[in-house]
Amino acid sequence: MSLFFFSLQIFLPSIAAGFIGALTGLGGGVIMVPVLCLVFGVDLHYAIGASLVSVIATSSGAAAAYVREGYSNIRIGMFLEVATTVGALLGAYLVAQVSANWIGVLFGVVLLYSAWAGLRNTHRGPARVETDTLAMRLRLKGCYPVEGRKEAYIAANVPAGFGIMFIAGTLSGLLGIGSGAVKVLAMDQVMRLPFKVSTTTSNFMIGVTAAASAGVYLSRGYILPGLAMPVMLGVLAGSLVGSRVLVDAKVKTLRWIFATVIVALGVEMIFNGLAGRL
Amino acid sequence: MPATDKGLENAMGHMLRIGVTVAALVVLAGGVLQFVQFAGSIPDYRHFHGAPPTFEHVTTIVAGIGGFDGNSVVLFGILLLIATPICRVIFGVVGFSLMKDKVYAPVSAIVLIVLLLSCFARR
Repeated sequence: MSLFFFSLQIFLPSIAAGFIGALTGLGGGVIMVPVLCLVFGVDLHYAIGASLVSVIATSSGAAAAYVREGYSNIRIGMFLEVATTVGALLGAYLVAQVSANWIGVLFGVVLLYSAWAGLRNTHRGPARVETDTLAMRLRLKGCYPVEGRKEAYIAANVPAGFGIMFIAGTLSGLLGIGSGAVKVLAMDQVMRLPFKVSTTTSNFMIGVTAAASAGVYLSRGYILPGLAMPVMLGVLAGSLVGSRVLVDAKVKTLRWIFATVIVALGVEMIFNGLAGRL
Repeated sequence: MPATDKGLENAMGHMLRIGVTVAALVVLAGGVLQFVQFAGSIPDYRHFHGAPPTFEHVTTIVAGIGGFDGNSVVLFGILLLIATPICRVIFGVVGFSLMKDKVYAPVSAIVLIVLLLSCFARR
């Protein structure tokens, strides 16, 4: 098989991963790592390296559109990035200390958790009226477009959200993913931010989080140019289309599409990890 | 850059778009070179070989670009891609400083310091 056809084979699922990743605000990496490992037999280290690159492209490509439309909150994003970048450095350090099979099992658990968290969530509505003093002082608030008018919101439970963001960063560095599911959990469920603000701010933060572990990955040789090239370009193309659809898409449909795909991949990652095949 | 939230958002949006576009074009050009240079064979993706010494430093990547080496061009594009979110954080530091934001100028600076530390972290 020629290099061209191999690249094309990887390019096509990467487009799909980028599309779903942008729609759900969870990044394409969470889908591409298991696809590369399970379908193409790629070594886990190279898979997470290629995924991390695609994660930066997805985030930055889609973030440009979201920021302009007023969904992403740059202050909330920047504040929480303190936690995610420090976590990402810890995670990137841990990759070399943990065996590939255990990383695979952890990956599967994160996938299953992501699906469960996404489906369990019936959105609780906006934060209660009582004001969170920390959120006021840090100005973790804003307004976003709902059916043509602006609706105000403010963050709740700031310390808990910040702590979960540190875990999200660690998982990102360890697994080569954006860990958008955990970021969305912190903002949507814990900090009680509106769902679209949570997914798009998550997307906005993912690139910076991933960049924090990319330097370590590059120096360790996890980023293989021949593999990273089709993954990055495919995921980027898919994410650009996905970010255009988001504005009109129904949140409930997104959660179901996402959950179905990742449950299957999660079960298979855990199975392969336990069987020692990664 | 106008010293308002909206101005900063627009500046970040433009910067991200330009950064990703340039990085993607460089990676694509490197990919075409790879197809020409390694037309018949696909590299071994199935087993991890550890860090190839030539990819460790920016200087060797840049040297490879001079020789139109496909892998080096792709890696240079990836470096540009990694630089894009770092650049976005620099925009935050500058933008919030111009707005005299006493909370978010330092917050952005902390994120930038962590990112710069990661670039020099080895193994």
